[in-house]
Amino acid sequence: MPAVSKGDGMRGLAVFISDIRNCKSKEAEIKRINKELANIRSKFKGDKALDGYSKKKYVCKLLFIFLLGHDIDFGHMEAVNLLSSNKYTEKQIGYLFISVLVNSNSELIRLINNAIKNDLSSRNPTFMCLALHCIANVGSREMAEAFAGEIPRILVAGDTMDSVKQSAALCLLRLYKASPDLVLMGEWTSRVVHLLNDQHMGVVTAAISLITCLSSKNPDEFKTCVSLAVSRLSRIVSSASTDLQDYTYYFVPAPWLSCKLLRLLQCYPPPEDGAVKGRLVECLETILNKAQEPPKSKKVQHSNAKNAILFEAISLIIHYDSEPNLLVRACNQLGQFLQHRETNLRYLALESMCTLASSEFSHEAVKTHIETVINALKTERDVSVRQRAADLLYAMCDRSNAKQIVAEMLSYLETADYSIREEMVLKVAILAEKYAVDYSWYVDTILNLIRIAGDYVSEEVWYRVIQIVINRDDVQGYAAKTVFEALQAPACHENMVKVGGYILGEFGNLIAGDPRSSPLVQFNLLHSKFHLCSVPTRALLLSAYIKFINLFPETKATIQEVLRSDSQIRNSDVELQQRAVEYLKLSSIASTDVLATVLEEMPPFPERESSILAKLKKKKGPGAVSVELEDGKERGELNGGGDRGGDAAIAASNASTPSPSADLLGLRSAAPVSGTAPSAGSLLVDVFSEAGPAASSAGVNDDGFLSSAPPSAASEDPAPPLPESDELLNKFVCKNNGVLFENQLLQIGIKSEYRQNLGRMYLFYGNKTSVQFVSFSTIVSCPGELQSQLNVQTKTVEPLVEGGAQVQQVINIECLTDFIDAPLLNIKFRYGGALQNISLKLPVTINKFFQPTEMAAADFFQRWKQLSQPQQEAQKIFKASHGMDTEVLKAKLLGLGTALLENVDPNPENYVCAGVIQTKAQQVGCLLRLEPNAQAQMYRLTLRSSKDTVSQRVCDLLAEQF
Amino acid sequence: MIGGLFIYNHKGEVLISRVYRDDIGRNAVDAFRVNVIHARQQVRSPVTNIARTSFFHVKRSNIWLAVVTKQNVNAAMVFEFLYKMCDVMASYFGKISEENIKNNFVLIYELLDEILDFGYPQNSETGSLKTFITQQGIKGQTKEEQSQITSQVTGQIGWRREGIKYRRNELFLDVLESVNLLMSPQGQVLSAHVSGRVVMKSYLSGMPECKFGMNDKIIIDKAGKGGVTNEAGKSTSGKQSIAIDDCTFNQCVRLSKFDSERSISFIPPDGEYELMRYRTTKDIILPFRVIPLVREVGRTKLEVKVVIKSNFKPSLLAQKIEVRIPTPLNTSGVQVICMKGKAKYKASENAIVWKIKRMAGMKESQISAEIELLPTNDKKKWARPPISMNFEVPFAPSGLKVRYLKVFESKLNYSDHDVIKWVRYIGRSGIYETRC
Repeated sequence: MPAVSKGDGMRGLAVFISDIRNCKSKEAEIKRINKELANIRSKFKGDKALDGYSKKKYVCKLLFIFLLGHDIDFGHMEAVNLLSSNKYTEKQIGYLFISVLVNSNSELIRLINNAIKNDLSSRNPTFMCLALHCIANVGSREMAEAFAGEIPRILVAGDTMDSVKQSAALCLLRLYKASPDLVLMGEWTSRVVHLLNDQHMGVVTAAISLITCLSSKNPDEFKTCVSLAVSRLSRIVSSASTDLQDYTYYFVPAPWLSCKLLRLLQCYPPPEDGAVKGRLVECLETILNKAQEPPKSKKVQHSNAKNAILFEAISLIIHYDSEPNLLVRACNQLGQFLQHRETNLRYLALESMCTLASSEFSHEAVKTHIETVINALKTERDVSVRQRAADLLYAMCDRSNAKQIVAEMLSYLETADYSIREEMVLKVAILAEKYAVDYSWYVDTILNLIRIAGDYVSEEVWYRVIQIVINRDDVQGYAAKTVFEALQAPACHENMVKVGGYILGEFGNLIAGDPRSSPLVQFNLLHSKFHLCSVPTRALLLSAYIKFINLFPETKATIQEVLRSDSQIRNSDVELQQRAVEYLKLSSIASTDVLATVLEEMPPFPERESSILAKLKKKKGPGAVSVELEDGKERGELNGGGDRGGDAAIAASNASTPSPSADLLGLRSAAPVSGTAPSAGSLLVDVFSEAGPAASSAGVNDDGFLSSAPPSAASEDPAPPLPESDELLNKFVCKNNGVLFENQLLQIGIKSEYRQNLGRMYLFYGNKTSVQFVSFSTIVSCPGELQSQLNVQTKTVEPLVEGGAQVQQVINIECLTDFIDAPLLNIKFRYGGALQNISLKLPVTINKFFQPTEMAAADFFQRWKQLSQPQQEAQKIFKASHGMDTEVLKAKLLGLGTALLENVDPNPENYVCAGVIQTKAQQVGCLLRLEPNAQAQMYRLTLRSSKDTVSQRVCDLLAEQF
Repeated sequence: MIGGLFIYNHKGEVLISRVYRDDIGRNAVDAFRVNVIHARQQVRSPVTNIARTSFFHVKRSNIWLAVVTKQNVNAAMVFEFLYKMCDVMASYFGKISEENIKNNFVLIYELLDEILDFGYPQNSETGSLKTFITQQGIKGQTKEEQSQITSQVTGQIGWRREGIKYRRNELFLDVLESVNLLMSPQGQVLSAHVSGRVVMKSYLSGMPECKFGMNDKIIIDKAGKGGVTNEAGKSTSGKQSIAIDDCTFNQCVRLSKFDSERSISFIPPDGEYELMRYRTTKDIILPFRVIPLVREVGRTKLEVKVVIKSNFKPSLLAQKIEVRIPTPLNTSGVQVICMKGKAKYKASENAIVWKIKRMAGMKESQISAEIELLPTNDKKKWARPPISMNFEVPFAPSGLKVRYLKVFESKLNYSDHDVIKWVRYIGRSGIYETRC
C-alpha cells in the first residue's frame, strides 16, 4: 500500500462542490460536471492503479454528481474495490455508493455480497456494522436471500460486540419487513428473546423493535418475551434516574426502551402467571405514581418523555381491560391532563379516554369528567381537540346522561366547525335514537337537529326518523303535531319539508281534529313550501297529496285542482309529470275502496341495523368500533378476554355484514313486487307497475310509501313446515345461493361453492327483529349412515345475534362417498325468553359434486353403451310440472353441475349431459339423457352411471326439477 | 394582446416587470419562474401555457424575456416584438446582460411605455425612438424640434424625420446569410435552407427615394418577358437568378408597389436598419462538405476520421472555421492528429473541437482521432449525434446578387451617381450538420 498522507480532507472534492455551487446557470453546471466526469473516466481508465485515496475521492464525486440528478453509469467497480479496503473512510464511501446506487446487476451483486460476507466474518466491529448498515439500506430481496441466515447468527453469537448486535437486530428487522418469507427465525427465537436480558440497553432497544415486529406475526413463538419484558420494565421503572447513565434522558430512565417494552406487551393478553402479572401491575402503578410526582426538571423534554411512557402505560392498561383499579387511576390521571395547558396533552387525554369509556370498569370514572369535556367542546381553540371532545362525549354517553349530552351537542352544533358538522349530526341522531326513553323526545331532538343543521342532515337521518315514527304507534300523533308546528316557521329546511310531507301524509289524520290543523290547513301549509323545494322533495309532496285525498276526502277537489294545474301535469320533469298524471287519474277513477287499499298506511319497517350507524362507520372507518363495543356492554354482555385481536375481529365482522345482508335483502324485496303487481286490478297494474319497483327497491325510499307494494309482503310467506319437507332441498338442487329459510324472526341465507369433492357453505343468519337473540346455537348433524358418507365441519357462531344484525357461519363439507340423505341443521335460540327450535335440511345433494365433462358424440355413445347393465340405468317418465322452455331447461341442467353436450343426440329436442361425481373414495362417471315430449307435456329421463345408487339418486333429484 | 412583459435573470429573479392589463396578476411572475426557468426538465418550447395564461419567451445569454397574455394573440407578432425589443435595447446599451439591464432599468421602462401601449405594439424603430428617448437626459428642445417629433410620431413616414443633411451621401448594404444543412453520412442532402437578411446603413440627405434590385427569379423573368428593360437584365442573364421562397420587408418598403411590379422601392430610415429578410431552399451553394468516418474498434476504442472540403472559388477565403465532433459519454481519453488548424478534446462539452482560422476554396483538410472508451454497465448504445460546423464565407450561399440600388432625391441637388455605395456579402453557418 502506498503511503498516502493527504488526510481525509479530499480537497479536490471540496473544490468541485464549491465550483458547482458557484455555477451561474444550469448549462455551466452541466459543463462542469461533464468535465469532471471525463476527468474521472480518464483516471479510472488510466493504466496505473489508483491509490485508495483517489479512488475514494472520485467515487465521492460520482456520488455527488448522482445526487445532483445526473446519470452515473460507471464507477461501480471502483466502489466495489473500495469495499475491500482496510481503511474505514474508504470502506465507508464504498458502502455509501453501493447503498445509494446499487441496482440489480447480477455480477456486481455477487461481488458486493462477497465483500459484505468478508466484512461480516471479519472480527472488526466497525466493518461489521458498515456491512450490516449496507444490507439494511439496500434491503433488497437478493440481499435478504444472501444474508437472512447469517445475520441471526451474528445477532445471538456470544462474542459479538454490542454495537454490532444493535445493528444486526435492526438490519434483520429491515429484511423481515421487506421479505418476511426469507427470514426464518426458528431455532434462533429463544436466543433472540433472551436479548431482552442483555446488559447493554442499546441492544435491548434494538432487539425489542425486532421482537415486536416478529411477534405480531407469530405471537405464540415469542410468548416467552412477556415475562422478560416485564422484568426488564420493572428494573427500569424502579431504577433511579441516575442508574442508567447514558440512557437517562432528562432525568427519565430509558424512555424509548420503556415505551417499546410497553408496546410489546400490548401484543399479548395479560400474563397468566400471577407473579409476573403482579410485577407488571406494580410497574404500571409506579408509572402512574411517578406522574403524580413533581417534575424533576422544567424542561419540556423531561415532561414529554415522562408523558410518553405514561400514555403508553395507559394504553396497555386499556388493552388489558382487566384491572379496575388501574383503569380508574388511569382515568383520573387523564382527567388531570384534560385541564393541562399543553394542547397536545389535552388531545391525547381525550383520545385515550375515548377508549377508556368503552371499558365497563372505567366507564363510570370517565363519566365524572363530563363537565370538563363539555367545557372543552365549547372553549377549546383547536378544532382537532374539539373533535376528540365530541368523540368522547359520544363514547361516554349512556342512558343516564344522554339527555344532557345530546342537548350539549345540539347547542354546540350551532357554532360547530363546518368540517365536523355532519359527523356531529350523525352522532346526535344515533345517541338520540339509542337512548331514547320516550320517543317524543327523540322526535323533538331530530327535528331540532334538522332545524339547526339541516344542510348536514343526511338522507339516512331523516329516513330513520320516519322508520321509527311509523314503527311506533305511540309517537305518531305527537310527531304529526310537532312537524306541523315546525313547518309553520317561515323558512324551513328542505329536509324538514320532507319529513313533514311524509309524516303528515301518513298521520295527518291524527291531528285533523284540531280546527287549527284541519286537513285544508295542513295541505295549504305543505303546499306553501312546494315551490321552494327541489324535484325529489316535490315528488314526495305529490305522494303526500294523494295520501291526503285518501285520508281526507274533503280535500280532494283542492288537491285535484293542484294536480291538474299546468305546472304539475305539464311539468318538464318527467317524474313529477308522471306522478301528477297518475295521481290525478287514480283519484278520479278509482273507487274509495280501491283508493283506501292502495293508499293504506305504510306497514311497519322491518327492524334492522340503523342505517345511520352504518353511515357513521363508513365515515369514520374503524374508529366507530368503540361505540359498537360499548353497545355490547350496554346490554350486559361483555366479551371477556378483551384482547385487541378480538376487537378487531368484531370490527371486521361488523364491517363485513352489511354487504351480504344487503344482497339478500335486495333479493327478497325485489321478488314480492313482481309477485303482487299482477294480482292488483288492471288499472292499478298500469299505474303502479312502473312506480312499484322503484319504490320498493330500497328499504325506505324517500317516497315509496304507497302501500300497493308493501315490502313486508315477503315476510307474510308461510314458513315452510319444517323438517319433513324435501321441497326446500329441491329448490337448491340446481342453484347454490338463495334464501334457505325465513319466518318472522329469522332469515337464513345460503351461499355455497363446490370444488371436486369439497364444498364450502356460508350460512347467513339474519335477525329480523329489533331484539337480540341470545344463546344462539347451530348444530349440523349427519343422521344414520350419512355420517360415514359426508364429513361436515362447522365453525361455531357467536351466541348473541343483535336485533337487525346478521351473523355468518361457514360449513366445510367433504364428500367421502356417494350419499342420499341431506345433513340436518338445527338452530336454537331464545327470543324474548321463548326458546325457538328450528330444524332444516341443508341443501347438500350428490349432484353438487359433479365435475362437468365435455366429450364428442362418438365418445358419449361408446360410454353410454358400456354402461348398459340394467342396474346401472335409472329411468323415469314424468309429467312436466313447469313450462318446457328450452332456455330454462338448459339452465337447470347446467345448474345441476354436468356439462351440457350439444350436437350429440341425433334428435335436437333431446338434452344430453355428462359429468363425473367426485367423492373421496371414488369417481362416478354419469351420463344423462332428457327427452322432452312437447305434445304430451312429458319427459323421459334416463341416467346411466357406474354405480346404481348414484343413478337412482340423481334421477330422483332431477325428476323433481322439471 | 400582450398583458405584460417580464425580464428575469438566470436565477429567475425579476429584473423588469411591466404589466399592461389587469388580467395579469403578480402570480404570473412566479408561475413562469416555477414552470419554465426552474422547471425540472428543460423547457424547449418558446410558448408555455400555464393555467390559461400564455407565456412567450426568448433568451438572450442569461436573460429571459417573457411576454404574458391571457388572450389569444398572434404568436408570431409577439416574437417579432420580442426580437425588436432586444434590438432596441441592444442599440441603446449594447449587450443584453443582467448588469446592463439593472443599470438601465429606468430607460427600459421608458422604452416599454413607448413601444407598447395597452399591450399593442407601437413604433419600435430605433432611429426614431432615439430622437425622443435619450440617455442624456432632457435636452433643451426648441419649439420646432418638438413639433417635428409630434409630426414624425403621428405622420405618415414615422421612421424618418425631415431635414437630414450629410456632406457625404453614403450607403452601406450587407447581405447576411446563414446556411443550414443536414447531410447523411453518404453525402446526401437531407435538408438545407438559407435564411438571409439585407441590412442597410444609409447616410442620405433629405427624403430620398430608393429602389433596390436583385436577381430574384420572378423579377428577372418578368423583365425578360416584358422586354421593357434591357439595360441590366439582359446582360446579367448569364448569371443565375434565384428563387426566393418567402420574404418580409421593413415597414418603409412600399408593399403595393412590390405586389404590382415586384420592385422594392422605399424611403429609407436614417442609420442602420434591416431592409428585408428572405429564405431560399433551392440551388444552395454548400460552402463545405464534411466526410466523416467512424470506426468502433472493440468496446473500448473508437476511431474517427473527418475530412472537410471547401467548395467555392479558390480566390475566396473562408474564416472562423470550427468543426465539432461529438464524443461518446464514456470517453476516457482522446488523441487527435490534424494537418491544419488546432484540435482539442473539450470534456465539458463532450466533443472534439477543431478550429481553422482561414481556408481557401477548393481545398481539403483532415483530422483523425482515437477515442478511448470506458466500459460501462449501461447497454445503451451511443446515439452518434451529428458533426456540426461553423464558418464564415465572403459570398452569399443562396446565390443572391444585388443588381442595383438607385437613389432619387428630387428636392436636393444630388443624384444617384453622387451617392457612395458599398456592398458586402457574408455567408455564415446556421445549423450545419453532417451525420456520422
